[in-house]
Amino acid sequence: MPSITFVHPDGRAQRIDGGDGESAMQAATRHDVNGILAECGGNAMCATCHVYVDEDWLARLPAMGDDEDALLDGAAAERRANSRLSCQIKLAADLDGLVLNLPDRQL
Amino acid sequence: MSATSRTDSETPERSAPAGVPHLDVDPFSTEFFEDPHRIHDVLREAGPVVWLEKWGVYGVARYAEVHAVLNDPLTFCSSRGVGLSDFAKEKPWRPQSIILEADPPAHTRTRAVLSNVLSPTAMKGVREHFTAMAAAKVDELLARGSFDAVADLAEAYPLSVFPDAMGLKQEGRENLLPYASLVFNAFGPPNQLRQEAIERSAPHQAYVAAQCQRENLAPGGFGACIHARADAGDISAEEAPLLVRSLLSAGLDTTVNGIGAAMYCLARFPDQLARLRSDPTLARNAFEEAIRFESPVQTFFRTTTREVELAGHRIGEGEKVLMFLGAANRDPRRWENPDRYDVTRRTSGHVGFGSGIHMCVGQLLARLEGEVMLAAIARKVASIEISGPVKRRYNNTLRGLESLPIAISPA
Ligand code: FES
Repeated sequence: MPSITFVHPDGRAQRIDGGDGESAMQAATRHDVNGILAECGGNAMCATCHVYVDEDWLARLPAMGDDEDALLDGAAAERRANSRLSCQIKLAADLDGLVLNLPDRQL
Repeated sequence: MSATSRTDSETPERSAPAGVPHLDVDPFSTEFFEDPHRIHDVLREAGPVVWLEKWGVYGVARYAEVHAVLNDPLTFCSSRGVGLSDFAKEKPWRPQSIILEADPPAHTRTRAVLSNVLSPTAMKGVREHFTAMAAAKVDELLARGSFDAVADLAEAYPLSVFPDAMGLKQEGRENLLPYASLVFNAFGPPNQLRQEAIERSAPHQAYVAAQCQRENLAPGGFGACIHARADAGDISAEEAPLLVRSLLSAGLDTTVNGIGAAMYCLARFPDQLARLRSDPTLARNAFEEAIRFESPVQTFFRTTTREVELAGHRIGEGEKVLMFLGAANRDPRRWENPDRYDVTRRTSGHVGFGSGIHMCVGQLLARLEGEVMLAAIARKVASIEISGPVKRRYNNTLRGLESLPIAISPA
């Protein structure tokens, strides 16, 4: 099972186990990671599962879709080059150790 | 309501499926509208897939199956209608929606246009105004003390912001709620509710058709934004009015019932109102939880495009499948204490706005309206008490109240 680490805005790191085929958002909500709201339940329609991907991992993620790109423009926290929607990051063995930073707000 | 078997002489072209529990429940009856929860329980416990004798359709009421059907739009299509009527066999009562009643790839383009018009960025643009209007409404109601939370709040607030945001003219707005109510009744079976709604619909339909035209929509509104997308070549000039119609059909009555549901919850659960008052940032979640708890949009149909196996049952091609969104939102297999309204619940994943590619395109607008209204209440209102008889409103698809007399006191 791939493990992912969410880093909160105050620097606190929270490491959780993700299930194979689960999205990073699903793993986060299942483990009650505060800071991931996921109002649309993973349908790429709300932008409240916004994360900043750790630079070391950015290139290893699949490219983002048009929906995701458009939604990120409307995210509550500032959009950065490493912004992604965590519901669009599918976990697989090769993402074991993924580090995602949480923005200061989702609304 | 019990499981019964019946010989199939009444519906010769459809053989009632073997192995699937048959139920004589009518989810479009007054009895059901009065207390759906007990019957939802019967439906969920009967099995993952059931057969509804009365209308000759399959039903799914557990979260897992509802979610699965919503997320397989190529097998469970929308283009044959999301009501009981099968567009492959019957002419729709109005020209088919090019977003709700469409499948990919046709759906993809129109959906993108509406998603863009109602994007998070667009919501930022209206947020301040919506917030101010909610605060003013609550001040006005506090001054009155007691009022009907349906007419004076749940309807009045969306009516004070949505038609302007769309860019509608002042005249004729009284047609908006009857039109929406018609659309949602029409998804149901050919019962009295549907029949009467359609019979009375000519003036409402004429009004809406006219408001969808470009010249009737004020610049800067959502309606004008849709027409602008035709100039950009994303949709055709003929498609733009149909997409405006989608917003007029789905953008008002749903938020009315959503806000009404939230008020009804806060009135019945004072501990949750207290929790909300202690932390007004819970307003958005309190609204979301009311959507899960009451599920203002109760049901939608899909039609199978091929033979498919669902939870071990074989369903043939061209069958209607009724999804019980309200039952899924209280399925104990998915939710802890599902019958508890809890403003701090992690609500992500509820299907009150649907799921998958047809998930409510106006969800951000609905949440914005709900959030700012509940935030105003959290800050300004100390108590909410039901002060008279609560009356339910009957609609084939929408669950809500006709009247909710309440008394409120200032914080
Ligand atoms: S959960 Fe809504 S966009 Fe990711």
